[in-house]
Amino acid sequence: MAEQRTESLKLDLDKVDQIIEKYRHDKAPYIPLMQEINDEYRYLPEEALKRVSKALNISLSELYSLATFYKCFSLTPRGEHELQVCLGTACHVRGASQILEKITRNLQVEPGKTTDDGKYTVETVNCLGACALGPLVMIDDKYFGNLTPDKIDKMLGGNHEEDK
Amino acid sequence: MKKINSPAELEKLRESILESMDKDKPCISICTGTGCSASGALEVASAFEALIKERGIEANIDTKLTGCHGFCEQGPLIVLKPRNILYCRVQPEDVGEIVDKTLLKEEILERLLYVNPVTGERIALEEEVPFYNKQLRLTFGNNGQLEPTKIEDYLALGGYASLRKALEEMTPQEVLEEVKASGLRGRGGAGFPTGRKWESCFNAPGYPKYLICNADEGDPGCFQDRSILEGNPHSVIEGMIIGAYVVNSPEGYVYVRREYPLAIKNLSIAIDQAKEYGLLGENILGSNFSFDIKINRGGGAFVCGESSASIASIEGKVGEPRDKHTHATEKGLWNKPTILNNVKTWANIPLIIEKGARWFSSIGTENSKGTMIFSLTGKVNNTGLVEVPMGITLKELVYDLGGGVPDGKKLKAVQTGGPSGGCIPERLLDLPVDYEKLTEAGSMMGSGGMIVMDEDTCMVDVAKYFLLFTQDESCGCCFSCREGITRMLEIMEDVSRGESSLEQLDLLGELAQVVKDSTMCGLGQSCPNPVLSTIRYFEDEYRAHIMDKECPAGVCRDLITFTINEELCNGCGVCLKKCPAEAIQGEKKEPHAIIQEKCTSCGICLEVCKYDAVNKK
Repeated sequence: MAEQRTESLKLDLDKVDQIIEKYRHDKAPYIPLMQEINDEYRYLPEEALKRVSKALNISLSELYSLATFYKCFSLTPRGEHELQVCLGTACHVRGASQILEKITRNLQVEPGKTTDDGKYTVETVNCLGACALGPLVMIDDKYFGNLTPDKIDKMLGGNHEEDK
Repeated sequence: MKKINSPAELEKLRESILESMDKDKPCISICTGTGCSASGALEVASAFEALIKERGIEANIDTKLTGCHGFCEQGPLIVLKPRNILYCRVQPEDVGEIVDKTLLKEEILERLLYVNPVTGERIALEEEVPFYNKQLRLTFGNNGQLEPTKIEDYLALGGYASLRKALEEMTPQEVLEEVKASGLRGRGGAGFPTGRKWESCFNAPGYPKYLICNADEGDPGCFQDRSILEGNPHSVIEGMIIGAYVVNSPEGYVYVRREYPLAIKNLSIAIDQAKEYGLLGENILGSNFSFDIKINRGGGAFVCGESSASIASIEGKVGEPRDKHTHATEKGLWNKPTILNNVKTWANIPLIIEKGARWFSSIGTENSKGTMIFSLTGKVNNTGLVEVPMGITLKELVYDLGGGVPDGKKLKAVQTGGPSGGCIPERLLDLPVDYEKLTEAGSMMGSGGMIVMDEDTCMVDVAKYFLLFTQDESCGCCFSCREGITRMLEIMEDVSRGESSLEQLDLLGELAQVVKDSTMCGLGQSCPNPVLSTIRYFEDEYRAHIMDKECPAGVCRDLITFTINEELCNGCGVCLKKCPAEAIQGEKKEPHAIIQEKCTSCGICLEVCKYDAVNKK
């Protein structure tokens, strides 16, 4: 899957050029520009960063330092769905760690990583700001609130129930 | 939309908007803030829309999709105007009955009313619900009255009248004096007097000057900035334009957290509308004054909530704080004089200009004026956003507004100020909430987070949780923060495993002091607060972990064991099936048992057992 994406990307670096043109004359183009590339490809492809580096005359290492400092950037391809587990204080005192444990076990994936089938990237987030619903998980733009470990199988559509 | 070229044209437009409105016409105000949307408010809204269309009664009933009303626990919420009937937990299937009975026949549906958990009484009117009637909703109250994407709604409520007043009737100096006299202090954390900050930028040489609205609301458990931006973005824009008029700034930035897509969307729409009307952009209201606002999406770094780090981030750099020998008001963004204020601070400005400094300073305590919006969350019945006058006691907040602790549990502490704040114990509940009193108690106002903790919350675990958070979010710039927090966390982990000693506890306190004293930015200096305040008020819990190897609240996994009561277990097999560690064995219809070596103390068995057969000790 990852190779497929890289392949299709090679054909479409035009998009990166368009994004570069959009921000070229800004006072501080790099972060918004990289955010847009990250939105477009769901990560920051190396080729794209090289393109930016050349076009805007900024060293690749500077772009790399931004890419690794800010959590919104990813240097590896993301899964089809973004699954964010809220670990904010309100969710924490209502049992969020159990929710995270159950999800990582079910999907067999560590936080920050993508499942082998490329379906989910699991992230922890320090607050989604919907504290009344805690513990809370967000899959793409859909919220799943008042969770208990018991509700996780259903939330994941039963596709990832561990083999017993 | 026609551009407004003078203050008089603005008032004319407002009049025409008001004339076209029928105040007595039934209106369904549907809360579509993030909390209610997550519980299904958008489905409720579409159901109303479809039904009203189907019946052909569009002309008789208005609907408003508003921002957050604050009472998230009871969502999806709707308020039926003009009577202000509040319905809670509304589902799409309720919509038909609401239209037929309440809107067309004025019958109240008892089952959708709020039930007071103390008295059992059902309350019909929004203003009579205790959660609302103890509030003073100055900056937040309009959320339920307007559609954030309609500037006309804001104008109808008197929006941009303060801007008009400032431009037409006041000099920049007079506006500045008014803000100074109001006693308004920054609502983002440190509580610096806003007027003094503005004055220092006003006096600083250099052009252009910049404004920043800090909406990188990173404290876990806080969502009031988001709710203002989502629900009433024009109030923030108006505040910023007035600030820009004072220091003659041509450009402002709103630095918004990327996790808040709806806030970004509504703010962008609001900026565009304000520009179309000539309230923002070139020659505002036909004057010589021009000001523009840009939005910067945050990069997901907590430290960027710190003022100098957010400035670095807007400049396109890694978001590391800088030292503050020179203040941002002299050399801030692009090394130019800059005012940086929090969302709530900006939203207070139009109110101060409209009603005057004297009115504003009559609210609150001696040194903390006005109101504060708190996110009341955690183990509390009424989770949500409350706006209250400064000086209200914690007890009133938790019990009168928050409705107390759920399930009859005992309150243990209230955590305020996020990762920079501390835990205030139950015995100090009579503490009036203002900047000084919270700091004296070892906590702080911060951005207004208020997390209620009950007897099942372990204070060692809470302190460890915040250290994990700050360790993860430390930008790594200062050695004392980067390494100090890591060492502190190691000790906390030992404590929570029952493997520490009293000497280590002393070392923890000492390390905390070093981090406080030797870290550059405000976040680093305050991040030991959760540890220091829990040691100060809950030392007995630390001692129980260290000396007795016990977690009194039953949270720290290494110190608790789960067992199955053979007499109560009927062998239904649910726990065996659900145990993620495969640590439960037993034949069907025979009592089961937990294999302690395999058990990870996750507690799932306790939660799924319907026969109370699982014990935690």
